[in-house]
Amino acid sequence: MNRYFRELSVAAALLVMLAGLALFAPGFYQPQPLLSLATREAPTLVVACGMALVIMCRQIDISVGSIFSVCGVGAGLLAAKNWPFALVLPAAVGCGALLGALNGLLIAGLRLPSIVVTLAMMVTLRQGLNLVQQGEFVNLPDGVQWFGLAQSTGQWIMVAAALGLMVALGLGLRHLVAGRMIYAIGSDAEAARLAGIRPQLGTFLVFVFMGALTGLAAFMNTVQSPQVQPLAGSGLELKVIAAVVVGGVAISGGRGNLWGTFVGLLLLACIAPALIHLHIEAYWEKAIQGTIILLAVVADSLRTRKNGS
Amino acid sequence: MPPPLLELRELAKSFGGARALRGVDFDLFAGEVHALLGENGAGKSTLIKIVTGAHQPDGGTIRIAGESVTHLTPARAHALGIACIYQQPALFPDLTVMENIALRLDAGAPLHRVDWAARRERATRLLTRIGADISPETEVRLLSMPEQQLVEIACALGAGARIVIMDEPTASLTQKEQHLLFAVVRELRASGVGIVYISHRLEEIFALADRVTVLRDGESVGTNQVSDINETVLIRMMVGREMTQIYPASESEPGDVALSLHQVGCAASGVRDVSFEVRAGEVFGLAGLVGAGRTELARILFGLTPADTGEVRLNGQVVRPGSPLEAVASGIAYVPEDRRRQGVILEMPLAHNLTMAIHRVLFPRGWLRVGTEDSLTREYIRDLAIKCTGPEALGSSLSGGNQQKVSLARWLATKPRLLILDEPTQGVDVGAKSEIHKIIRRLARTGLPVLLISSDLPEILGMSDRIGVMRGGTLAAILPGGSDAHSVMAAALGQEKGAA
Repeated sequence: MNRYFRELSVAAALLVMLAGLALFAPGFYQPQPLLSLATREAPTLVVACGMALVIMCRQIDISVGSIFSVCGVGAGLLAAKNWPFALVLPAAVGCGALLGALNGLLIAGLRLPSIVVTLAMMVTLRQGLNLVQQGEFVNLPDGVQWFGLAQSTGQWIMVAAALGLMVALGLGLRHLVAGRMIYAIGSDAEAARLAGIRPQLGTFLVFVFMGALTGLAAFMNTVQSPQVQPLAGSGLELKVIAAVVVGGVAISGGRGNLWGTFVGLLLLACIAPALIHLHIEAYWEKAIQGTIILLAVVADSLRTRKNGS
Repeated sequence: MPPPLLELRELAKSFGGARALRGVDFDLFAGEVHALLGENGAGKSTLIKIVTGAHQPDGGTIRIAGESVTHLTPARAHALGIACIYQQPALFPDLTVMENIALRLDAGAPLHRVDWAARRERATRLLTRIGADISPETEVRLLSMPEQQLVEIACALGAGARIVIMDEPTASLTQKEQHLLFAVVRELRASGVGIVYISHRLEEIFALADRVTVLRDGESVGTNQVSDINETVLIRMMVGREMTQIYPASESEPGDVALSLHQVGCAASGVRDVSFEVRAGEVFGLAGLVGAGRTELARILFGLTPADTGEVRLNGQVVRPGSPLEAVASGIAYVPEDRRRQGVILEMPLAHNLTMAIHRVLFPRGWLRVGTEDSLTREYIRDLAIKCTGPEALGSSLSGGNQQKVSLARWLATKPRLLILDEPTQGVDVGAKSEIHKIIRRLARTGLPVLLISSDLPEILGMSDRIGVMRGGTLAAILPGGSDAHSVMAAALGQEKGAA
């Protein structure tokens, strides 16, 4: 009970908000807009799952937004050349994994701080993409959007895929040796090393995985619209880090789970549509998100201080 | 005669239940070098920390130049002219020498104009006074360790220090650098400064000090003029304590040679030319002062800093671990010294902590079998009498002794062929300590060779079948079990005739 206090309190906040909406803005509860919201956030959930693993490892990756854009544009260009999905998907995932491996190599291999490495990666990829693409959209041929299926079918596939992946990863984190190692490395890398675990190898693999998930998310985003925006994914890193932190993953590593991340993302994602339905100016969105993040961090710090004494 | 510069009476201090100082008297006169000597944990550091204001005493009085002082804080101590020069100088590496000196000496007014010329002039004057040939413009990180110590001394002088405490200042110095430092110390003494000099090296005490006080178990054993005393007497004063604890008797009959080291050395960690053998079922104690190379040797055996010379054999096979993972694979277990930072992961449940080193064996397919893990954990909880609420209890909820048992259980679960214990009972209460001793004995009885590193001399004497004594990164002597404290201490301090 106490162990899941954080996850439960975020869930409670979400329920309060949903209940408030039911009372004051029942218009929020319309199936089609809600499905669209879920579909839009599905790729974000995939990236957030990866980010949760990275932060549990006591690292951070702020290059995910740029990697997302590069993979998305890449996938779009391949799809525009009429490559089949069976090749575009692995290409996007592989591209992400490769960029993640570069991050991992610098961070785990050379022991550079992850915030600096991924900041450099973020800027380089973003500017590189602007240079190559000159801000142009990639127009996709017919049959790419929603895999050529009906829109609602495509949307359901997207949401199911993201949820399925999250559940699989959440179970893996709990039931696989690899998951246990992530917690151990994030809690105390030196103790883990003395117990025969290889923290550097683990950290490297987590970054590769983060990149692969970002590539997958970019693919999921690409098939949602008739064209790919090179700017898609800017700001994504902040959104997923916020979801992970609000969801109770300790920024100091070693603590948290994906269920919390999921609830945290739901809470943050519902704010914007809720504001619209409550007829509050949209400018409040970021302020409210910021307040929630601040509350989460303060709650963490109070809890750690209590435990530490 | 003027009153002493520093006069401590009946000084007492406890940490939790442990009494670090139990009524110590100490005094220091102007123009005197007063050496403070004692084993690891005798109370020297606590005494210094009280005098420098870092700790508040529980009882006793402090007088400085005849005036009684209460509520000493670091700032107050500084103002009263007390300076401490630590083994590792605490300077800002990226600032120049004169900026470092200025930071220590000038009260900070953030918007005050900096008078660079005056700073340079003062730095030069202070450095010249102690005969140090260091440019005030040099950045501190470019200086050698002894040069940094000289800068610290210059700071102390500049602050008008009358009482200078030096905590093992020569620990990392070469012979030549030591002589330079000694000259500075004598200079300070001649100028009327009182110096508290802490060192493990007896020859330094005889070369430099006027008087010497020996601390043992938080009590002052006696103060003598250095001219009235010799090394043998000093060592006897340091170790002359009765056994306060009963150790379980050795019952195991040592078997064949299990571990053998042949001229093992590692330049990076300062260990050289260590050779010894440990038999199956034998507890081989490794004694020595802090910094003598015991933990470093353990880290070599465990692959943390691989050996670059020599050969290690385990059950006849050459082992050359290059990482902890390889060491674990060849059957070496190392229960590290700092259990809170290197052993038990405090945020993780006991069961997760316990199986951490045996993932591959217990879960060969990569998924966790919680039932197996749980029953294995319960087995060890029972076997080692770990007090906890169950396998789910977090590491942080256990007491020190029980954390240590979990750390031990993690390694026993690997079914090791060699067990290295580094300070297994440090900071553990008496009850848990004796339980851990019994566990060690029981393990030895099953034929496991045990390498026991401890700074607790009675523990080494009571638990070891044989005792290796390390000094300066090498093995100074191997003594038979049942040796007395005096001969171990003599070997650790480097007094050859005692090390028979």
